[in-house]
Amino acid sequence: MYRYDEFDAGFVRERVALFRDQVQRRIDGSLTEDEFKPLRLKNGVYLQLHAYMLRVAIPYGTLSSVQLRQLALIGERYDRGYGHLTTRQNIQFNWPKLRDVPDILDLLADVEMHCIQTSGNCIRNVTADHFAGVAADEWIDPRPVCELIRQWSTAHPEFSYLPRKFKIAVTGASHDRAVVKAHDIGLRIVRHPDTGAHGFEVSVGGGLGRTPMIGKVIRDFLPQEELLAYLEAVMRVYNLEGRRDNKYKARIKILVHETGTEALKARIEHEFAQLDGPSINADPEELARIAAYFAPPHYEELPAVSARLEAAKSANPVFADWIDTNGFAHKVAGYRAITISLKGIGEIPGDITSAQMRQVADLADRYSLSEIRVSHNQNLILPNVKNDDLFALWQGLVEAGLATANVGLITDIIACPGLDYCALATARSIPIAQAIAKRFADPARQREIGPLNLNISGCINACGHHHVGQIGILGLEKRGQESYQITLGGDPTEQAAIGEIVGPGLTAEAVPDAIERLVEVYLEARQVGETFIDTFRRIGIGPFKLAFQHNLEGADHVA
Amino acid sequence: MLLDRTGRKPDLWTRGQPDDHAPVLVAWEEWNTQARLGNDPDRLGVEIPNTLAIEDLRPVLSQVGLVAIRFGAFSDGRGLSQARLIRRAGFTGVLRAVGPLIPDEFGFALQCGFDEVELPESSAHRQSEDEWLRSLAAYSHTYQQGYRSRTSILAQRRLARLSKGQSHA
Amino acid sequence: MSATKRPPLPVILLANHFLDGEVVFWSGQGWSRNPQEAQTASTQAEADVLEEAGRLAFARAEVVDAALIDVSLSADGQPVPNHFRERFKISGPSVRTDLGKQAEFAKDQAKG
Repeated sequence: MYRYDEFDAGFVRERVALFRDQVQRRIDGSLTEDEFKPLRLKNGVYLQLHAYMLRVAIPYGTLSSVQLRQLALIGERYDRGYGHLTTRQNIQFNWPKLRDVPDILDLLADVEMHCIQTSGNCIRNVTADHFAGVAADEWIDPRPVCELIRQWSTAHPEFSYLPRKFKIAVTGASHDRAVVKAHDIGLRIVRHPDTGAHGFEVSVGGGLGRTPMIGKVIRDFLPQEELLAYLEAVMRVYNLEGRRDNKYKARIKILVHETGTEALKARIEHEFAQLDGPSINADPEELARIAAYFAPPHYEELPAVSARLEAAKSANPVFADWIDTNGFAHKVAGYRAITISLKGIGEIPGDITSAQMRQVADLADRYSLSEIRVSHNQNLILPNVKNDDLFALWQGLVEAGLATANVGLITDIIACPGLDYCALATARSIPIAQAIAKRFADPARQREIGPLNLNISGCINACGHHHVGQIGILGLEKRGQESYQITLGGDPTEQAAIGEIVGPGLTAEAVPDAIERLVEVYLEARQVGETFIDTFRRIGIGPFKLAFQHNLEGADHVA
Repeated sequence: MLLDRTGRKPDLWTRGQPDDHAPVLVAWEEWNTQARLGNDPDRLGVEIPNTLAIEDLRPVLSQVGLVAIRFGAFSDGRGLSQARLIRRAGFTGVLRAVGPLIPDEFGFALQCGFDEVELPESSAHRQSEDEWLRSLAAYSHTYQQGYRSRTSILAQRRLARLSKGQSHA
Repeated sequence: MSATKRPPLPVILLANHFLDGEVVFWSGQGWSRNPQEAQTASTQAEADVLEEAGRLAFARAEVVDAALIDVSLSADGQPVPNHFRERFKISGPSVRTDLGKQAEFAKDQAKG
């Protein structure tokens, strides 16, 4: 993975010193609260319901065991012994004191981490496919490009006071696991059909929130070496023309929508044409310098089939189920990427204790070349596990309480912190996730239902990605009560789609029953080999609406 | 308070009616109606809103020695992009940011092409000259290429590669 | 404090401590971390006093997000916010009852 050079290290230290100074200037009154707030947000510090919250960037989702141990230490020393993984490859601490934040940032800098631009109206933490570098369906590792963008976007002199936040995601695989079409800029690394050169398919204007939009492709092929100049052109047009009169209309998706994709594309291309590329772009040697850090580790030559694994699987069906559910095909024979579910039944999605962080770091050292990933699904991944080691790994995870076999199933729920923590939330998310997980706790039943992603947000800002959940739940306030609106048919992948509302809002208590009825409709209608989303696409929302309505009748469920 | 990278400086420009002595700053909204003295760019400036398309300003750039851009709020970064475009259009006069900027964006403003910042009294009475100058030293190096700054990190790495290449040759 | 419309009486004043972030309540003498020590204002004049306390503390960077919150009085006289959002704010995460004020001041905490 990437290692800071003297410039990166120096920059992060200076940034910590600057934040320390900013806090001091707020205290002595030279900065007003209105001036200080955007500065603290750009250093990842929110004020939430009960306390400050600190959001730490995990750029493109890659972590070392050393870094994870440092997060464990911070959780223990400055928080309440746990952290929360977000839907954008960050980890949040829920209880830090502002007076301690500069010291926490120094601890992060010790392990080449930071909180820079994890909030605020600037370019946010760049995200990537969590299986980058190891996925069998990937042709190029997106992380060197992500790191280049991370550096380019850091404390950008022109683009640090944008109309609104700006999110970029990159994938280099055929299957989109990074939800690139729901980002302000989505980059798919592609090969030129004629020359075979690497480049990008560029989408702009994707985003969830109040007005969900799927990103529009504005460039089929952008040569790799011209990336930074092209990004500068997009950002400049957005910075100048994006709306600033209304926070809810300030994202680039609204500019795309109001200007029209073709017209905006023409403006971006016009600006791009006037730029002096060589003075802006990184030279190929710089990308090569970064890419060298992501060179594949030394993999052993192993047979594709491990006798030890097969024996363990037949002897232990629980282990076999876990492998089948949480294992992911690796590009190197004899290895597998393993998702560690942070969605234990009845637990808080994405939460992990400091003790568990250390256990995972130890397991990563022993079995995964010391590397860990975090996914936007709020899970951890050990990307490089030998098939021969899987059983021992599983035993270690069982001991840590982290061996839940539900990845990609209905209880692998994405949920934002909601009103249990978040100052913006209109309703709670976590208790809904817990209640649904308990309802569908039976592992056999989950596997019978098959792949199904269920996402919950506690407000319209959609941090819980409810719009792209095959089942989505949005918590709102209605007449002084928490109310939950259910959508169906969302899709976060390369076939990105926004879910449709299935019926009126429900009380919290009514949600598990309603979800159960919707799942039954699918189970009754599905044909051989179909998943939930396949069936939904074939039969449409009609039968689901009908069942939802029947479920409501006679019950006092409507919120 | 008027500041440039060396500190506080006297403001020689006046707004409003031109007179015989001071150079005058004319608001964009009045550019076409107000009488102007002579054709001396050193004594004529224009103050523009941060919503103006720089294409529209282009014909004026050769007639003025100073362009001032109004920042309605420190958090509104449009002026930073306008400054870039004005410099790209070849303007070599003085570029001034006017409004309640904060010290933390002084360095950014200079990198984007500004020369000076004119602060309203409401900001100046809280923020000392020293704070503004100190903010310029916050980062020894920054990443972006093509902005006015000490050598960017990317450029320094390139230099290091080149000198390494030479020593190996 | 912002000049938003004042909520119906009675009200309490709550805020977050600037350097700690913790939820604090105006007690009449100063800021308290204990919700049971919140001073209740039942008249406009009393509410004015609370509002002024919040304004001054904000100006001194002691607290942020100071706001008057409308409450009802429980049987034992404790103020309970009328809105569920503030009920969470003065107790803690409903999914982690071991954390927050609900844990620290458990005894006679008015539950939301």
